[in-house]
Amino acid sequence: MLLIHCPYCDEERPELEFRHAGEAHIERPTDIKSISDEEFMKFFFLRDNPKGVAYERWRHMHGCGRFFNAVRDTVSDKFVMTYEAGKPRPDGDELRAKSKETNQ
Amino acid sequence: MRRYSIFAVARETMRGHKGWPKQWTSPEPKKQYDVIIIGAGGHGLGTAFYLAKEHGITNIAVVEKGWLGGGNTGRNTTIIRSNYLYDESAGLYNHAMKMWDGLSQDLNYNVMYSARGVMMLAHNVHDVQGAKRHIHANRLNGVQNEWLTPEQAKEYCPPLNISQTARYPVMGAALQRCGGNARHDAVAWGYARAATDRGVDIIQNCAVTGIKRSANGAVEGVETTRGFIGAKKVGVVAAGHSSVLMEMAGVNMPLESYPLQALVSEPVKPIFPCVVMSNTVHAYISQSDKGELVIGAGTDQYTSYSQAGGLHILTHTLDAICEMFPIFSRMKMLRSWGGTVDVTPDRSPILAKTPVPGLYVNCGWGTGGFKATPGSAHVFAHTIANDAPHAINAPFNLDRFRTGRLIDEAAAAAVAH
Ligand SMILES: Cc1cc2nc3c(=O)[nH]c(=O)nc-3n(C[C@H](O)[C@H](O)[C@H](O)COP(=O)(O)OP(=O)(O)OC[C@H]3O[C@@H](n4cnc5c(N)ncnc54)[C@H](O)[C@@H]3O)c2cc1C
Ligand SMILES: [Zn+2]
Repeated sequence: MLLIHCPYCDEERPELEFRHAGEAHIERPTDIKSISDEEFMKFFFLRDNPKGVAYERWRHMHGCGRFFNAVRDTVSDKFVMTYEAGKPRPDGDELRAKSKETNQ
Repeated sequence: MRRYSIFAVARETMRGHKGWPKQWTSPEPKKQYDVIIIGAGGHGLGTAFYLAKEHGITNIAVVEKGWLGGGNTGRNTTIIRSNYLYDESAGLYNHAMKMWDGLSQDLNYNVMYSARGVMMLAHNVHDVQGAKRHIHANRLNGVQNEWLTPEQAKEYCPPLNISQTARYPVMGAALQRCGGNARHDAVAWGYARAATDRGVDIIQNCAVTGIKRSANGAVEGVETTRGFIGAKKVGVVAAGHSSVLMEMAGVNMPLESYPLQALVSEPVKPIFPCVVMSNTVHAYISQSDKGELVIGAGTDQYTSYSQAGGLHILTHTLDAICEMFPIFSRMKMLRSWGGTVDVTPDRSPILAKTPVPGLYVNCGWGTGGFKATPGSAHVFAHTIANDAPHAINAPFNLDRFRTGRLIDEAAAAAVAH
């Protein structure tokens, strides 16, 4: 079981308290009925599914109940960092280096 | 290929079993092939076999990053059934079901297909109605499935507790008699041997690291850890790694990769005659020919390529098994493992041409593609050979995620496997 740091509670808690909520930083089109089928497919169905550094949403279900974002390495499952929802996406290269360090 | 037969066994018995030839070779990759298949699981090896057998294309390489059959093919709980709800799925899975019968003869390799029956339990009124609807839909599509009363279910599977005071009482069951199990490794090995016999090169310990495209976008070959290998047609059959490979060709996929775990008990004498699954309690179980109870979990909650998963997922699964079969509560579990399964939004696979000329993909089988191995390989070979899908796999295209013409077994499925 993983230990996950909730950025709102500022505490590391067991995975059982959390729900994985899919890829992060996907923007819902503001005027969704005007977009093409192609654009809808991209928004709704296509996913990065990276092997390595992934950006994802988590929810502290059995805690504060809030959604936040996380950077996790999908090979080691290690959390590189977590951050509050709405914050910009952290830089990839730096994080990849960081996740390599923690993997060793 | 020297055929396996009772005479071969007798001859080798006399010679101390020193004359058995290798089942497949380990050739150096050639510079150029007509077709490259990425991934030596059952679906990839089968595709190569049917390309050679039915389409006369034998200049094929199957490129595998690890060892053949070491992916989900060698990690699954081997349940075979074809009682899916939608017409498209009925066509695809039942095509495979018909091929299981006779596959051992076709490959001259015992894949140990055992039609011991797959029983799906109903524990409440909702389950009963759902199962009956499923049965009717299946029978309209020519797919075997029948309703059993609790007493009939107990007769078919004696360890079942049909007491109506049980926490999850059995109110009946759907039974597919032709469902059952097969030996997963033997499926990979049988296809590998039969494909090798027809001239296919299986190149193990060779990871594909790039897909090369020409100026007009068409596929030219693959970069690998053992150098560039050319081919005008490339089929990606890489299960959990399909997103990673398709990304190499610049195609973003509607896939997410999750851990899926299973475990087996210590071996015991025959106690469990068929496959039983319960969607409501969320557990399924069968007994292997070695005597182990084979138990599968649901996927872990987060995407991962770790080929491992959380312990709490396994204990949760065992809770459900013990709830249904208290007689197994003292059994010792021997080992557990995980695979990486590629899940589509509608839980149906993708067997299709791609936007890249010469690139084909067979993926998205998620938690339940072993059962489809022969059928999938057969129609995918057709798709590659003709540069057009077979009627059976035509609906399983990528475009369905644009048009909305989904094959939504996610909503319909009686159970995942
Ligand atoms: C625990 C578990 C239980 C399951 N239970 C069932 C069940 O009861 N019934 C059922 O029908 N299905 C079940 N499944 C699903 C089933 O195992 C799969 O759908 C099926 O085996 C997929 O076969 P495949 O040949 O497509 O993939 P695989 O056998 O995974 O083959 C893909 C191959 O591609 C290779 N590869 C990946 N990346 C590269 C690369 N870059 N270069 C070269 N090669 C690469 C991999 O090493 C792998 O060998 C289960 C799966 C798991 C994990
Ligand atoms: Zn919190």
